[in-house]
Amino acid sequence: MSIARSFSIREELSTVIPDLNLIDEQCVDGIDTFWVPRTRLLLVAEALRFSLKKPFSFLYDLTAIDETRRESGAKQVMQDFTLVYLLRSYDRNKDVRLKVALAEQDKKAPSVCKVWPNANWYEREVWDLFGIEFQGHPCLRRIMMPTSWQGHPLCKEHPARATEMGKYSLPDDIRDFEQEALRFDPKAWGLEPTGRDEEFMWLNLGPNHPSVHGVFRIMLQLEGEQIVQAIPDIGYHHRGAEKMAERQSWHSYIPYTDRIDYLGGVMNNLPYLMAVEKLAGIEVPERARVIRVMMCEIFRILSHLLFYGTFAQDIGALSPIFYMFVDREKLFTIVEAITGARMHPSWFRIGGVSSDLPRGWDRLILDWLDEMPKRLHDYDKMVMDNALVKQRTVGIGRYDTATAIEWGVTGPGLRATGFDWDLRKQRPYSGYENFDFDVPVAENGDSYDRCKVRVEEIRQSMRIIRQCVDNMPSGPYKAEHSLTTPPVKDRTMQDIDTLIPHFLGVSWGPVIPPGEAMAEVEATKGSNAYYLISDGSTNSYRTHIRTPSFPHLQMIPVMARGQMISDLIATLGSIDFVMADVDR
Amino acid sequence: MWDMELLLKITLLVSTLLPTAALLVWLERRLLGFWQERCGPNRVGPFGILQSLADLIKILFKHDWIPPFADKPLFVLAPLIGALAVMMSFVVVPLSPGWMISDSHIGLLFFLAMTSLAVYGVLLAGWSSNNKYALLGGMRAAAQTICYEVFMGVSLLGVVILAGSFRLSDIVQAQQGLWFVIPQFVGFVIFIIAGIAESHRLPFDLPEAETELTGGFHTEYSGIKFALFFLGEYLGIMLISMMATTLFLGGWLGPWLPPLVWFLLKTLLLICFFILLRASLPRPRYDQLLAFGWKWLLPLALVNLLVTAAIKLTGGT
Repeated sequence: MSIARSFSIREELSTVIPDLNLIDEQCVDGIDTFWVPRTRLLLVAEALRFSLKKPFSFLYDLTAIDETRRESGAKQVMQDFTLVYLLRSYDRNKDVRLKVALAEQDKKAPSVCKVWPNANWYEREVWDLFGIEFQGHPCLRRIMMPTSWQGHPLCKEHPARATEMGKYSLPDDIRDFEQEALRFDPKAWGLEPTGRDEEFMWLNLGPNHPSVHGVFRIMLQLEGEQIVQAIPDIGYHHRGAEKMAERQSWHSYIPYTDRIDYLGGVMNNLPYLMAVEKLAGIEVPERARVIRVMMCEIFRILSHLLFYGTFAQDIGALSPIFYMFVDREKLFTIVEAITGARMHPSWFRIGGVSSDLPRGWDRLILDWLDEMPKRLHDYDKMVMDNALVKQRTVGIGRYDTATAIEWGVTGPGLRATGFDWDLRKQRPYSGYENFDFDVPVAENGDSYDRCKVRVEEIRQSMRIIRQCVDNMPSGPYKAEHSLTTPPVKDRTMQDIDTLIPHFLGVSWGPVIPPGEAMAEVEATKGSNAYYLISDGSTNSYRTHIRTPSFPHLQMIPVMARGQMISDLIATLGSIDFVMADVDR
Repeated sequence: MWDMELLLKITLLVSTLLPTAALLVWLERRLLGFWQERCGPNRVGPFGILQSLADLIKILFKHDWIPPFADKPLFVLAPLIGALAVMMSFVVVPLSPGWMISDSHIGLLFFLAMTSLAVYGVLLAGWSSNNKYALLGGMRAAAQTICYEVFMGVSLLGVVILAGSFRLSDIVQAQQGLWFVIPQFVGFVIFIIAGIAESHRLPFDLPEAETELTGGFHTEYSGIKFALFFLGEYLGIMLISMMATTLFLGGWLGPWLPPLVWFLLKTLLLICFFILLRASLPRPRYDQLLAFGWKWLLPLALVNLLVTAAIKLTGGT
């Protein structure tokens, strides 16, 4: 199927670029993958973006792979580093993956910022973590690591553990140096000074500020209270989650995923596990899939309720957040009853879920579902219908669909512009095609609409959960597959052929067959994807996490221009980001 | 030479005002808790009533810190001005016929003058902190006060016309037949709105707006100096409630109960109303607040004044 399709893209491209020399690669996830020579990259990118009839207008993801320790893979083109571009065309509902091979001595590539504006931060990240230089990039500076960092952490030669790096100490002079390095210098950000010094003021909003929801810094050039320009600075919450994945077994990395979007709970497990299951070829049983959908939707509600409350709080309404915390508390009690944990259950497993549903689970959920609509109705009256809330948010932080796609906005932020695209509908996963629900859409793409879409999504998630309760299939909650971890234990003590894989899978962890796969879910904040590369070992060779919040923050300068500080706060509140999700 | 009775009254007033303000903090937190489906402070003493005392002890023992980049004399002076100006205003409040420290014939003007002075505390704090957030907070405070000061004065003139005096006890006596809240309802609403703006409380807490300016004018303040701002804010709510009671709700007037009890009851009700407002409303934007003030409230207050004066002149009431 994928081969027939890839032919058509290739043909379409060759009408634009006649002497195109693309090399195919077959990936487990079925996405058309082409190796492009570095010299032709810009040409191909422009053709895909501008020349095709249904263009690939959305740069979904951009990352790199250090191939120097790789043992299996597409040998004929692979060099020391690979750049990976994932492009999406909404018109075709189709993705294309471009790969560019780079040599160690010559880690350079042309920048595609002019083709897709949101490539800016992605290229900075690749430069920061891999040391690959992008020629023509407007401001290639570190984004995750401190500017004073030595080396590029995602290279294989870079140590992964603190114990490999010698004792850490922070004498006064180094502390002062590091603090000085944090001082904002407009020139270092490639900004030309505009206006006279006394006409404006630079305000450092963050990294610690009540409304940036974590550690996030925005430098604001102010004229009075009006924002001339805003420069977001991230990386204060970077934990190296992708590097950690290379040291963890496939199984023991699951808890780390919970903490990427720390409000998404088990929703984070799902794309990771779906990618692993694609690599391993595991078919997840029906009951496990429905349980997964149910838990994901519960966490969507949990996340949206927190968004709702903090959004109201950011514009000065004190009370809603407390009501929503009460709802969350009740829901967390249910989550706890089912999974044993509250915010970060890490409850999904390779091939299914950790345990079966406890007795009486359905009663708990139905009770909650019954009492919730009335409370949601009250919140609507309190927040959404409030004239002051409307005054603060309608028309604030507005963007249209084209701008949203250009900057890589996904999820509710995209649907608020009137663009009806929900992954659960367009590319159903984990059995979403069996559920009856609507995709809420708004028209204006302003802060108010972004909130409105999310509020409606809470109702739709409740619909899905009710369907899960009503139609929960019976059967196993884990796949009968040798790579299911931990494996089904029924026959373990009966025959040696089951005992050995069980023993290995639990002690070393499963060995996932070589290959690469990406899996994507419609997460709480937008599109969340895991791109995994297995080299046929007990841990991942490269794990890349595409998070929705990262491009959303990149768009802040576009939204903030000309706003008042208070508008920016309302806009930030409406984006619904989590810094752990941005910085990983 | 010294009027011993007056001195005694002043001492009594000051020594009840401060604990009452502390109690008010507790009351607000309990009420907010009640309205927000949570408990609020309920551990220290019965019903948590000693919570403010515990907070006070903690705040007194904190390091008395002045940032090295601040303008020291002003930085220290600012909270004092804020708290003192509010406390001075209580001098003219007639709690009951027998309880007036100063029954001045310009009592109302004195109150207006003192509330205008109080903003200097905020302004100077914002300026002397030498912090950008504090500066923005100070700027907002200045703009907001100028705007709301004007029509607060204008909204009260209706009352003055009806009572024919600036003396607060005269104003209360003039309400024997009918509380001024009825003929002067517009003035009452405007005064309440201006009063919230004057005491910088949600929804008009723009000078501090913690989600926007991290703390606004008091960003750099801690310890006892911060406590003074806090004290000033709560005394401010009490003052505005007491003044609204005096000017519009008939002050101490009321049947059966002693006058003082009536006065305190009405005041408490208004205070609870202020707290409820804080619990329920979001904050407008700075320019929206100013536009609302200049474009709606000021003309409305002027019309109210004109109509009242016209009725009075034609011999209506």
